[in-house]
Formats: sequence, structure tokens, C-alpha cells
Amino acid sequence: MTTNPILTVQDLSVVFPDSNGGLNALENISFDVSPREFICFLGPSGSGKTTLLRVLANLLRPTSGRVHFIRHHRPRIGMVFQQASLMPWRSVLDNIKLPLELEGVGESKARKKSQEMIELVGLQGFEDSLPRDLSGGMAQRVGIARALIHDPDLLLLDEPFASLDALTRERMWMELSRIWQAKQKTVIMVTHSINESLFLADRVLVLTQRPGQIKLDVEVALPRPRKDDIRYTPHFGKLARKLREAIG
Amino acid sequence: MVKRIQNTLPVILSIFFAVFAWQLTVQWTQLPRFILPAPADVWSRFLKSLNDGSLIYHTGITLAEIVLGLLVGITFATVTGYALAKSRSLEKVLSPYLVASQAIPVVAIAPLLVIWLGDGILSKVVICALIVFFPVLVNTVVGVRAVPTALYDLMHSIRATRLQILLKLEVPASLPVLLGGLRIGATLSVIGAIVGELVDAEQGLGFLLQLGDFQYDTSMVFVAVFMLIALALALYGVVTLLERKFLKWQK
Ligand SMILES: Nc1ncnc2c1ncn2[C@@H]1O[C@H](COP(=O)(O)OP(=O)(O)O)[C@@H](O)[C@H]1O
Ligand SMILES: [Mg+2]
Repeated sequence: MTTNPILTVQDLSVVFPDSNGGLNALENISFDVSPREFICFLGPSGSGKTTLLRVLANLLRPTSGRVHFIRHHRPRIGMVFQQASLMPWRSVLDNIKLPLELEGVGESKARKKSQEMIELVGLQGFEDSLPRDLSGGMAQRVGIARALIHDPDLLLLDEPFASLDALTRERMWMELSRIWQAKQKTVIMVTHSINESLFLADRVLVLTQRPGQIKLDVEVALPRPRKDDIRYTPHFGKLARKLREAIG
Repeated sequence: MVKRIQNTLPVILSIFFAVFAWQLTVQWTQLPRFILPAPADVWSRFLKSLNDGSLIYHTGITLAEIVLGLLVGITFATVTGYALAKSRSLEKVLSPYLVASQAIPVVAIAPLLVIWLGDGILSKVVICALIVFFPVLVNTVVGVRAVPTALYDLMHSIRATRLQILLKLEVPASLPVLLGGLRIGATLSVIGAIVGELVDAEQGLGFLLQLGDFQYDTSMVFVAVFMLIALALALYGVVTLLERKFLKWQK
């Protein structure tokens, strides 16, 4: 893509202090992100995927290197976690509303916006349910709605579907594609699933086993919307093989 | 409604049988009244002290000591507990003192506190607060430490302020454990007030207890003891109500 990037990451390294000289979680990570791009980082567990997202979300200071957002000094972040991370004492609607509450948006406006998000993720009728009564897939929908409600500049997803069963997971891919196309967000998602990355992303970057380095950066020029049968196309198969080899 | 009756019926029955057994014991053993008064004696003593206003007055004093002691104890305990939970270094400095302080039974220092603070309400409030302090402190530390780190990440990712993290995350997340501490503290606070009053007091249920003892007015002692039980149960009930109200989400 030739559009100007909205985010550049340069020579990012993260070293966690430990007893023998420090644990290199990420090493010399550099990449650019274009507006409205859907990027997947693909890597085995322990390759530093969560660490990378934590740095991007400003939850963790990198040991060296820099993350530069072009338009905003401090972008708004929407984050979806591996375990949905809902507040168990809040109803579905109140969980989704949280980011607006923190921004001081008025109650009636916040409720209205939450209701819109509930419709976007297809949870009508569950507004007053508590997280304990939700299935894994529903909980992640709440997580996605909460991450989008304050209209973030960047949406970060940390293996959000890893704990779901295969059928639910594939349904959630379709949902996420639809939401992404409707909302036109820039998305960075990390995953260890080749299929997931190819179903969703415009671009896949492969992270190596520790220390995490970018081993491969490929465009996924598959047509959208991507349906389930796309995986039987030769292009999909070729990309999948390429990614498989890169992960090693 | 039916459920209500099902729940309260066994309680009423067991009270009835306890009173009945008590009455039988009195009749069979023929003990003098100043050793074991009959239920009817205690009842009429209760009515008498209710009518002359003394029971309400002394119960009110003890209740005030308990409530003030609880407020002071809870306030100090939650503030200290929060600070301890947040700062490992503070915990290192303070915890030896806190643990050591628990080796001293409050009963042992109660006379000292009465000497220093006088035989009025103040010394009892302080004794109450001291006895409530530790369980609430421990539960605050445990509760705050148990807040999931993922939820902190969530709050930080949407740029929550310190105050927002406290009010919207830490307080609700640690409330179940905190109320558990309060449950223990509420019961202990009754003991605290009585210990203080027994050391030296001119008023309160502990004073009434001691007065009854000195005057061989054993019925009075029974009335005071029952009032204490009622106070403890009422406090316990308040905590249970708080739990019902704030912990609905917990099942
Ligand atoms: N806070 C931390 N302190 C020390 N080591 C950490 C910390 N977070 C992650 N690590 C280590 O860094 C490596 C990468 O972790 P992570 O980013 O969670 O990988 P992934 O999400 O790809 O599974 C792992 O070896 C992990 O043990
Ligand atoms: Mg991870």
C-alpha cells in the first residue's frame, strides 16, 4: 500500500529482567501500519505477541526503539483480550458502556451508544445479563463492543478467539470481518492460527520463537468478503504453506 | 412468602424449645433465682427496664460505641490495607508491627486505654476500632491484591485515572472479600465494646451487666446478655443486607 502510515514502529525491543541477564521477548521489531489496515501477527506462544500489543497500547514501555503514531500523540486504543476480561459485577450493557463513563459522556448518550454497539455485535436481548451467564463467544462479542464504543484510532486484539470452539470461532471471524468493514478501523490482531490470520487480515507478519523477530511480512490479497470455502482456493493454500514454513 | 415462613419457622421453634428447656431446668433444679432466674423473671425485668428507659439508654450507648468504633476501625483499616496492597515496601516496613500487634490481646490493653482515655465513650470506641482493625485490614489487602491484572490493563488501555481505577475497578472487585472482613469485624466490635465497658464504665450494656452482677440482680444480667446477642445479630444482618445489595452478581 502506498498510503501514508498512521503508525510506525522502529527497532522495538523488549527485555524482561530475570536472574540470568534478561529475557528477550521482542527484538528489533519494525513495521508500518496504514489507515484501516487489518494486520495479523502470527506466532507460536511465547513469541512475544501479547508483549507487542501491550507496548502498542502503552501498557508497557519498550526497552528500546519507538512507537510513533502519526496523527495523534496519544491515540485512542480499543483492546480485546484473550479472556474477555469483563467486569463480573457489571451487566453486558454496563460493561460496554465503561469506556464512555471514563470519558465523562452523559449517561443517556452513553446508554444509547451502548445499545447501538449491542446491536452491532448481535447481543440484543442480553443487555441486562451478567458475564457469568454468557457463553465464551458472547463474552468476546461484549469485549469487541467495549473496545469499539469510544471510536478508537487503533483496535488491538490479543488472540480473542483462542478459547472458543472451532465453529464459534469461525462464526466470530465472519462477525469481526463484517464489523471491521462497517467501522473502517485500523486493526492489529495477534494469533497463533494460520487460518484465522488468512481469513481476516490484509497483511500477516510472522513472529519467530523467542526472541520475537519479524520473519515474514506478506500481503493477503484474497477477495472480501471471505467465506468459509476460501480455504480451498489455491491462493489460500499457497499462503498457508508459506506461513507454515515461516513459523517453522 | 412461603419460603420466608419455611426459613423462619425452624428458628422460632428452636427458640421456643430453648425457653421451654430453660423453664423445665428452673423447675426441676429449684435453683435460687439469683443463680438461675426463670424466663418469666427475665421477661418482667426486661419490661421494667424498658419502661423506666434504662435499657434503651444503655443499649443506645453501647450501640453508639460499636458503630463509631466500626466506622473508625474500618476507615483506618481500609486506608492502611489499600496502601499495603499497593506498596510492597510499605508492607515490608509495617507488617512486622502489625503482626506483633496481633500477639497482644485487646483484653490485655483495654485497662490501659481506659486509664489513658477515661471511662467514657472514647476509650470504648478506640477498643472497638482496634479489635475491628485487623480482620478488615487483612481482607482489604487480600481483596485489592486479587483484582485481576487483565482488568488493570483494560482500565489503563482506556486511560482511566487513578481515581477511576479505584472507584470503578478496585472497590467493586474487592468488595466481596471486604464485606467478608466486615462480617467478622461486626461481631468482634460487640466484644470490643463490652470488654471496654467491663473494665470501667458508668453506662452501657457492660455496665448494666456488672451492676446486675454486683446487686445479685441476675435477671438484669440475662437481659443485658440478650440485648448484646440482639445487637450482634442486628449488625450481622446489616452486613448480610449489604452483601445482598452489592453482591447480587455473585450468584
Ligand atoms: N511481565 C513479564 N515479566 C517477565 N517475563 C514476561 C512478562 N511478560 C511476558 N514475559 C515473557 O516474555 C515472553 C513472551 O511473552 P508473551 O508476549 O506473553 O508471548 P505470547 O503472547 O506470544 O504467548 C514469554 O517468554 C514470557 O514468559
Ligand atoms: Mg499471549
